[in-house]
Amino acid sequence: MDTSTVVVPDQQGRWKHLYKALTKPGPFSDEDWVPGAETVNALESSKILVIGAGGLGCEILKNLALSGFKDIHVIDMDTIDISNLNRQFLFRQTDIGKPKAEVAAAFVQKRVKGVNITPYVGKIQDKDEDYYMQFKIIICGLDSIEARRWINSTLIGMVDPEDPESLKPLVDGGTEGFKGQARVILPTLSSCIECQLDMHAPRPAVPLCTIATIPRQPQHCIEWAHQIAWQEKRKDDPFDSDDMEHISWVYNAALERAQQFHIHGVTFQMTQGVVKNIIPAIASTNAVIAASTTSEVLKIATSCNPYLENYMMYAGEEGVYTYTFEAEKKPDCPVCGNLARKMDVDPNMTLGEFIESLGERAESQLKKPSMRTEERTLYQRFPPQLEEHTRPNLQLKLGELLENGQEIAVSDSAYTIDFRFRLIFK
Amino acid sequence: MLKIWSMKQQQQQAENAESAAGKKKKKVTAAQLRVQRDLQELTLGSTMKMSFPNPDDILNFTLTIEPDEGMYKGGIFNFSFSVNQNFPHDPPKVKCTQKIYHPNIDLEGNVCLNILREDWKPVLNLNAVIVGMQFLFLEPNASDPLNKEAADDLRTNRDAFKRNVRSSMAGGSVRGNAFERVLK
Repeated sequence: MDTSTVVVPDQQGRWKHLYKALTKPGPFSDEDWVPGAETVNALESSKILVIGAGGLGCEILKNLALSGFKDIHVIDMDTIDISNLNRQFLFRQTDIGKPKAEVAAAFVQKRVKGVNITPYVGKIQDKDEDYYMQFKIIICGLDSIEARRWINSTLIGMVDPEDPESLKPLVDGGTEGFKGQARVILPTLSSCIECQLDMHAPRPAVPLCTIATIPRQPQHCIEWAHQIAWQEKRKDDPFDSDDMEHISWVYNAALERAQQFHIHGVTFQMTQGVVKNIIPAIASTNAVIAASTTSEVLKIATSCNPYLENYMMYAGEEGVYTYTFEAEKKPDCPVCGNLARKMDVDPNMTLGEFIESLGERAESQLKKPSMRTEERTLYQRFPPQLEEHTRPNLQLKLGELLENGQEIAVSDSAYTIDFRFRLIFK
Repeated sequence: MLKIWSMKQQQQQAENAESAAGKKKKKVTAAQLRVQRDLQELTLGSTMKMSFPNPDDILNFTLTIEPDEGMYKGGIFNFSFSVNQNFPHDPPKVKCTQKIYHPNIDLEGNVCLNILREDWKPVLNLNAVIVGMQFLFLEPNASDPLNKEAADDLRTNRDAFKRNVRSSMAGGSVRGNAFERVLK
């Protein structure tokens, strides 16, 4: 579609219905709410940050612009891939290889007169608190748990009891296939991403020994080709999941191994799916979730109607089912709670095994942690002198290092916030 | 926008009441947690080493700087770091444990570095301090002196100042003050 030939609708009439909702009280609007120019102004002056300009992000940007927001920022580190075009409708074939944030911002800005969209191409981690402080509301359309945890802990860390402006509502959407969720997080006030982290169980990792010795499933053969065969045969060639030749090589190696073990089902597409960790995406699910999250942003920004409290799940795979409930804030949430979270551990486990298990447990998912108790440094990765001194602890059993019920504090460079766990011996 | 702020205030009142009622267990302190994180994120070049007299106490340690360029090249300088429980709201206390001739370090070992005093902010970390310390040896600063005589020397006669640095590092005296030998 060539956007220049599109007939632009009457700009005055465009907001008629929106203004109706913002200038008259409705049956559900708050008693204290003042409809009228002030509310319209609140909408137009609210600076909104959209994180992610992919499947959800395209929908969100379009919806926000068409809901009357005038000052929108968007941040995304990715470039456009041909496989995005089926649903990321702000992108065209000629945009392949260009940054998503810039193309999406330019498209929506051109299409909806009067809206200002500022793109940033890069990681959310590039930005500091000063950057996030300028926004009224933050809305996410992300595909990674790690990024969600990062922005969640950053916004919670920003809350300053002296400064009302420091509390930034976070509206988060997510989809996978026909399923999706939308939620509203008021940092430190309501349940946060970390409170419900165990809902996002990590993909079950296949033990390396299964992959290396006797595979049972086609995926095991692909993992073998990707992780082991590549290392052996093409060590000096860094694997690039976007390089078709690399994928083909892995596919052929996996196919050969599958034949050896009489396993069927290794396909090129499955190979791509396994090595790129592809999550199936359906355009309509994105549209449903983006619609839900953006209308929450509109309601929070203008107070015109009650907002979502605080979690909506959408299941479209068998008919349609949606359910809204209030996820509870966990008092022992390692990010928004001030109490340590309980964690059951085996006292006979060594510290080294425990650290390894932190990477796999649904409730922590930490890869390179340092940790201590109030009186003891258990393991500290840097500086070298402390690492050397604490390394022998890795061989000791938890029961030798700690008392039952003791609190440990864990830091991992990948996250801006530290974690507290209370270890209960089982 | 929403009445979020009044919600936050109510929550805090409730929390305060609660914590007054129940006793707290031995928790890892916020300062310890922050130092643990700062240490993990340090970048020590080849010119810096840290040592911990008691590795379980990460709030007290020694930083050794061995400048590989500048007027103080060849010296080994030790600083004691002491972090209090109010860190990162308070800056770490840093002292040079040797008696050295330096415009920004006095004879008692006190260090004049802006981010250790007036310009300290909780967002700064130990790495920022360590980088600042290293900078003091590369670019001694005459405009903000703690050792006024050394600063005067640096300002008025750079060559004489250099000679004084060398002789003080070798354990000699400058203007009647005997300095500690800090050469490798």
